[in-house]
Amino acid sequence: MKIMTKKTISGLALSVALISGAQAADVEVMHWWTSGGEAKALGELKQSLAKQGVGWKDTPVAGGGGSNAMTVLRARVLSGQSPTAVQMLGFDIQDWGDQGVVANLNQVAKQEGWDKVVPSALQQFSKYQGKWISVPVNVHSTNWVWGNKAVLDKIGVGVPKNWNDLILAMKKAKKAGYVALAHGGQAWQDATVFDGVVLATGGVDFYRKALIELDPTALSSDTMKRVFDRMAQLRGFVDKNYPGRDWNLASAMVIKGKAAFQMMGDWAKGEFLSAGKQPGKDFVCFRTPGSQGAITFNADQFTMFKVDKAHQQAQQQMAKAVLSLEFQIIFNKVKGSVPARTDISGERFDDCGKKAIADLKEAVNKNSLVGSLAHGHAAPAAIKSAFYDVITAHFNGEFSSEEAVKALVSSVKNAS
Amino acid sequence: MKNSSNPKPADKAIAWLQTQLPKLVLAPSFSIILLFVYGFIIWTVYLSFSASRMLPNYEWVGTEQWERLWNTLTWQTALDNLLIFGVLYIVLCLAIGLLLAILLDQKIRLEGGLRTLYLYPMALSFIVTGTAWKWFLNPGLGLERTMQEWGFESFEFNWLIDPDMAIYTVVIAGVWQASGFVMAMFLAGLRGIDNEILHAAQIDGAPTWKIYTRIIIPQLGPVFMSALIVLVHLAIKSFDLVIALTGGGPGNATALPATFMYSYSFTRNQIGVGASSAVFMLITVAAIIVPYLYSELKGSKK
Repeated sequence: MKIMTKKTISGLALSVALISGAQAADVEVMHWWTSGGEAKALGELKQSLAKQGVGWKDTPVAGGGGSNAMTVLRARVLSGQSPTAVQMLGFDIQDWGDQGVVANLNQVAKQEGWDKVVPSALQQFSKYQGKWISVPVNVHSTNWVWGNKAVLDKIGVGVPKNWNDLILAMKKAKKAGYVALAHGGQAWQDATVFDGVVLATGGVDFYRKALIELDPTALSSDTMKRVFDRMAQLRGFVDKNYPGRDWNLASAMVIKGKAAFQMMGDWAKGEFLSAGKQPGKDFVCFRTPGSQGAITFNADQFTMFKVDKAHQQAQQQMAKAVLSLEFQIIFNKVKGSVPARTDISGERFDDCGKKAIADLKEAVNKNSLVGSLAHGHAAPAAIKSAFYDVITAHFNGEFSSEEAVKALVSSVKNAS
Repeated sequence: MKNSSNPKPADKAIAWLQTQLPKLVLAPSFSIILLFVYGFIIWTVYLSFSASRMLPNYEWVGTEQWERLWNTLTWQTALDNLLIFGVLYIVLCLAIGLLLAILLDQKIRLEGGLRTLYLYPMALSFIVTGTAWKWFLNPGLGLERTMQEWGFESFEFNWLIDPDMAIYTVVIAGVWQASGFVMAMFLAGLRGIDNEILHAAQIDGAPTWKIYTRIIIPQLGPVFMSALIVLVHLAIKSFDLVIALTGGGPGNATALPATFMYSYSFTRNQIGVGASSAVFMLITVAAIIVPYLYSELKGSKK
């Protein structure tokens, strides 16, 4: 009887050890990549880790912009059950660095030479007090316009070179019975359009002054008023059912030829590609007219959280895999973005990808690579949301441009 | 047991246990409520005076977060919306509920079936109600499009996407959901009224509408009160309906204090401001419920 108990106990202990052993090689990844193109891109990382014997526990939290995921994360961290890695953007990474709950990746970073290959604008977010805490997956940019080639051909317009061209093209599209601008009425989407319009209207210096340095004179300037006027102009080209529409549904309108343009970050390209469309042939991509040569970027990163000893090995393996050359190329081809390292050439990318990589190089050299406000790379969440409130209220016709400028100054002041 | 003048110790223990048992049984749930309801209320009040941003932070900053709250544009919108939504929702629910109850009270056939039919919306969660009405009111999918396809070309109903009118769609969906429940309460109240008085009034030749306005409705006072209390707190804490129906939009046009609280606490890294808005909501509810409870307690003591 006694022997039996002993056996059972040791058996139990063994199975517990086996279970935890199996867990030790797992990474738990929290993310909000749930749309078609995004999920496919993430599948690549899953596979590449599986080849190294690292299991993948998927914790997707749907919701554009990741605000839902951050809520779940907060609860997880407060209850002491941090995931291994969490998809994260911009200032959120620094905020979490502040809380002292993130892992230190300096060892891998040194081995792999990350300091040399990752653009310094990105490192600003990936490092906290000199320590690598986060691994950039890609560089997205938000000042893109996507157009349906067939629709543009039918209404007889080429790629718009400046703002007036764009407005003219939209007018033609509207007249021909298309939705001129496919858009979803969610605050972050309104703000994404705003990114490009500010850059196109005021240029890089104005963008920095107003949205990054939050200079009150820039915020209340005539240029800012003109930005809002242009936002109102765009509003006139959106169909009336836009409130609450998800961005990928807006992309689908362009893909299906119901709409002419969409102003959205380059993750939209992932949707076009997964619908089997080809850049240059079925759709065109161009920078928000007037913002050529400058980029508003946001970079998805996997921020690594403190985990117990057993999981650290897998965590480091994942960090290494994310920034590996091969994965960066495969992933970003599917996702629509650009690799987060500067030592990758555009060869294996499509037309839009080649253009994006060249644009990024140009922007890094010209120092015209600025963080996207809409995606939390220009200002912390509280201020970003203050911008959201005003932009979205104005876009929905609650404010005139003058009122919006006034509201912007006071909201930003109130939030900081 | 009572005739023994010297009770045994065991009996004594049992008697003690019998008097103490209710307290013992209630103690765990009581202490849990004490901690998780009242404890967290105090915690939230404290947070509203702290420097909390992304995670709770216990540094005392005085009324800074409260000032920030009142300087926030969306908070003003949320309060205006609460006023519009709250008043209309409560008045319409009471009016429609009472009307339906009176109509159902006419000893009609199939009453049970009809009652269930009217009560049924309450069985749905607000998320379902919100989503269903979102589709129904969406100009490109629902009512407007259907009417236009039927040939009423000029028919327009785009409240859902009109920032000025969107809050009224929340009222419509909310009233649809809750008026059946209010009806059930009134119906129970109507059934509780003494038939003798009604017969006497009928014999005296009073017309039906007079019987209702002079005799029946005044007697429904307590039901009115209960319905009001339920509706007031439903209105103030209203969250899921708005999220499902409009997502707080277009823009921030349908923000309510509850959605404001959620977004500031959990998505904007402003826990302090979120906490002050939560405390404000609590104060609003308390301002209505405490006098009511007080008058009830006073009434029962008499």
